[in-house]
Amino acid sequence: MVKEYRTVQDVAGPLLLVGGVSGVKYEELVEVELPGGDVRRGKVLEVNKDTALVQLFEGATGVSVDSARVRFLGKGLELGLSRDMLGRVFDGLGGPKDGGPAIIPEVKRDVAGAPINPWARNYPNEFIQTGISAIDGLNTLVRGQKLPIFSGFGLPHAELVAQIARQAKVQGTEEEFAVVFAAMGITFEEAEYFIADFRRTGAIDRAVLFVNLASDPAIERIATPRMALTAAEYLAFDLEMHVLVILTDLTNYCEALREISAARKEVPGRRGYPGYLYTDLSTIYERAGRIKGKKGSITQIPVVSMPDDDKTHPIPDLTGYITEGQIILERGLHRKGIYPPINVLPSLSRLRDKGIGEGKTREDHANLANQLFAAYARGKEAQELAVILGEGALSPEDKAFFKFAEVFESRYVRQGQDENRSIDETLALGWELLEILPKSELKRVKPEQIDRYMKNTVTAGE
Amino acid sequence: MAETRVQGTIRKVSGPLVVADGMRAARMFDVVLVSEKNLIGEIIEIKGDLASIQVYEDTGGLGPGEPVVSTGEPLSVELGPGIIESIYDGIQRPLDKIEKIAGALITRGISVPGLDREKKWEFVATAKVGDEVVGGGILGTVRESTLVEHKIMVPPGINGKIAKIVSGTFTVEETVAVLEEGDKTHSLTLMQRWPVRLPRPYKERLTPVEPLVTGQRVIDAFFPIAKGGTACVPGPFGAGKTVIQHQLAKWADAEIVVFVGCGERGNEMTDVLLEFPELKDPRSGEPLMKRTVLVANTSNMPVAAREASIYTGMTIAEYFRDMGYSVALMADSTSRWAEALREMSGRLEEMPGEEGYPAYLPARAAQFYERAGRVRCIGGDDRIGALSAIGAVSPPGGDLSDPVVQASLKVVKVFWSLEDWLAYERHFPAINWLTSYSLYHEMLSEYFRTEVSEEWEGLRQESMRILQKEAELKEIARLVGTDALSDRDRLILATAKSLREDFLHQNAFDAVDTYTSFPKQFKMLGNIIGFDRLSRDAVEQGVTAEELFALPTQEDIVRSRYIPEAEIEEFDAIWGRIEQQIRELVEKRVGSEEVVA
Repeated sequence: MVKEYRTVQDVAGPLLLVGGVSGVKYEELVEVELPGGDVRRGKVLEVNKDTALVQLFEGATGVSVDSARVRFLGKGLELGLSRDMLGRVFDGLGGPKDGGPAIIPEVKRDVAGAPINPWARNYPNEFIQTGISAIDGLNTLVRGQKLPIFSGFGLPHAELVAQIARQAKVQGTEEEFAVVFAAMGITFEEAEYFIADFRRTGAIDRAVLFVNLASDPAIERIATPRMALTAAEYLAFDLEMHVLVILTDLTNYCEALREISAARKEVPGRRGYPGYLYTDLSTIYERAGRIKGKKGSITQIPVVSMPDDDKTHPIPDLTGYITEGQIILERGLHRKGIYPPINVLPSLSRLRDKGIGEGKTREDHANLANQLFAAYARGKEAQELAVILGEGALSPEDKAFFKFAEVFESRYVRQGQDENRSIDETLALGWELLEILPKSELKRVKPEQIDRYMKNTVTAGE
Repeated sequence: MAETRVQGTIRKVSGPLVVADGMRAARMFDVVLVSEKNLIGEIIEIKGDLASIQVYEDTGGLGPGEPVVSTGEPLSVELGPGIIESIYDGIQRPLDKIEKIAGALITRGISVPGLDREKKWEFVATAKVGDEVVGGGILGTVRESTLVEHKIMVPPGINGKIAKIVSGTFTVEETVAVLEEGDKTHSLTLMQRWPVRLPRPYKERLTPVEPLVTGQRVIDAFFPIAKGGTACVPGPFGAGKTVIQHQLAKWADAEIVVFVGCGERGNEMTDVLLEFPELKDPRSGEPLMKRTVLVANTSNMPVAAREASIYTGMTIAEYFRDMGYSVALMADSTSRWAEALREMSGRLEEMPGEEGYPAYLPARAAQFYERAGRVRCIGGDDRIGALSAIGAVSPPGGDLSDPVVQASLKVVKVFWSLEDWLAYERHFPAINWLTSYSLYHEMLSEYFRTEVSEEWEGLRQESMRILQKEAELKEIARLVGTDALSDRDRLILATAKSLREDFLHQNAFDAVDTYTSFPKQFKMLGNIIGFDRLSRDAVEQGVTAEELFALPTQEDIVRSRYIPEAEIEEFDAIWGRIEQQIRELVEKRVGSEEVVA
């Protein structure tokens, strides 16, 4: 028998303070019924003697102290799961949004999830070919990895993410990824872009979408990524699928978190975000991975918009400390008309070296990537130097690097939205570009690799 | 320990913080069991009747009215055979056992002892009946792994005469020796317990005299850490903190390595777990895991246990130090520990200090690092143990004014400054050679003179001078172009570049380059600096910088990192070529001048 309380004392932002309660548990799911029969859901944030602080997922609009009826349900927020979720679109709290029937659950799970025991994890080491050179060649994505895209407003992260979702495959298999897509506070157009793209390519049949739009209650976003990850875990570890989870945009999620923190009058950390932002984000990102003895895997690609393109803003900063690298989009490249505008230098895949090399991609992959990085960095330096001194004042080597950086951007980084390069093509392109440089400058690759992979060993620089 | 079992009732639950009333008789830092689920917590504040408790497990589903029972003991770890090769969570529960009980996900209320109760160990008594022993005295040994001989010690604070001692196979709970102290008797087992927040005692602190050899050139040659020293590695994300910590855990010549993954990625711990059993110790050829203890409290595991994890690791490290071993402790990352402190502090509604961190952060950081050191151990035989502590710090945006960085720098003696711009150029380890420092050069100079070479110190200082000079010259070159510099200055730039690219840069993923012994480091550096010295003379004799840069032997220097340790004589051959090629240049130049004259 669930007790019902009509003892709401305070309403502040999305928070309710309910008095005179007994037996209430921390993090319990709450239902608040409004006079019109509208039912809102929320969870217990704090219990203190006989008062409970409740955070509403759908916001507190219309809640009155007199008439709201509060029920504590004795369990956490759950999501009903079934194979039938594939191909469906849900709202941010897991209700059908595509006009289809409700899901008849095989099993219900608490969306909070539980940490994976590090002992039970299997290390991600299978190369995923995304068909994008700047990722495959230099910042390789690996099955079970969490690799965010740091973007800015107006940059084409949606196109890039959709392209990855379309093209991603593990080499040597025809297995396709199931896609779980969670939209948090993005615009209708952006959400439609993804849905339409999934429909166009048929990917929708192996996709589950959770959509919280910018116009939906901000607080609902707190639950949305957890809904998506609970679905992903079910697909990966119960149904043994390889799942690609796309979360966009985490910045909106963090802002919702800040809103609650401010409403609770907590001591803020940097820029008003709560001190536990790191811990909270980790409970999302760490739900990626592989588990020993299970076939499936969860690969995460969260999108984080950097406010003012600032990588040191707390959200991208803390994200970078948890995720296994980052792909950074740069406005300068975008302005030059380069798609995808990936700045490879600050981008990083921490799992790259586990996913590439002999038997996975090719034995020269790591050295080649390091050489390309080093050469591009040197080329950028030469470009800066040329701004001060003029191109003519550069030394012959610097000129070669200068040219390399240009060609690298226009041929290696740039590619079409439907251009799906195989890893062999990407590697060959890398070697081809290195021909621009004097051989004595190629310190990161081994001489025998130069002999083997470079087509024209007599180069311009010699 | 007092056997007062105080029982109270939960009054408030807020995240990992539980407040209980009826706790007046409880003691600060006692461990309590919270609710019927028996979640483990620790008292961190007492206000009259109310005790604030940080709970080491997820508190979802707890509510007012549920019981809280004090165990009357502070948070402690079990020390004895079975620690090596283990992977523990922040409060010493073995993660492999948890997986057996609960499956792949960590659930709550699992109680597993830190040491296996069933496993039998072969105990060889070395003390005899009638011996007078004191705390720390060695009773005997257990061969714990191929690399570790576990010394069974009398727990600190206990003295007496051995009335009984037997060799044989025992579990950690069975009595192996009995001590008589006056009319009291102590039954001793292979295991002892120790509170994690209390440093284990030693007889005397000593000055460090030996470097912790890491095989990482930038560290060993330029910024060495002593055995028993402390170091801090701050850096923004992606700068390679974790790779450095892993490299040190792999290659440091410590007898025991304790690696604490504090609030970091789950996959990184898995990486260590999978990789270490495969990697061979360069000295013994045994798998590195045979000397390693892992404490893993990943970022999404309960935050309070993260706070405890570095103390759990430190206490285990001290215990092995007490056996007379050289122990290295790596904590990755102390920022996460500080954030856990901050989170608890916020929930306790304490007045925040800088950036919301509690005002006692610097004191706690100092207490932690001060537990490292080279010491004369207790136990009567004056054996010497060393505990080196290396903490990673993850400052927001790489900003070194971060309170955790500042609190660490106040106490540590070595600072390896990781920079993201070096990482972007894929210069790894991305340790900035201009801003990093080590305060151990002085203490270690004797060692370098006798164990490496008389010339070592000179080479190091000359290299540093060249790198300093490069920074100045680069500014000028930026304005006027390299061509406008003198040959001597261009030589400096070239040598500095060689130092950076051929010596400081090191590839952790290359089988040969990943570890460089002192003799090889010495030869590498010797060739680079030797080339510079000869070139300088050559320039004075009229040889141009271009001619020197074009020498084929430059290539030898570039490739020398890949010369295996076993073929170290190859360096002398390279040196021969350097000397010969430069001499030929000089002779050619001098000869042509004579013709002109």
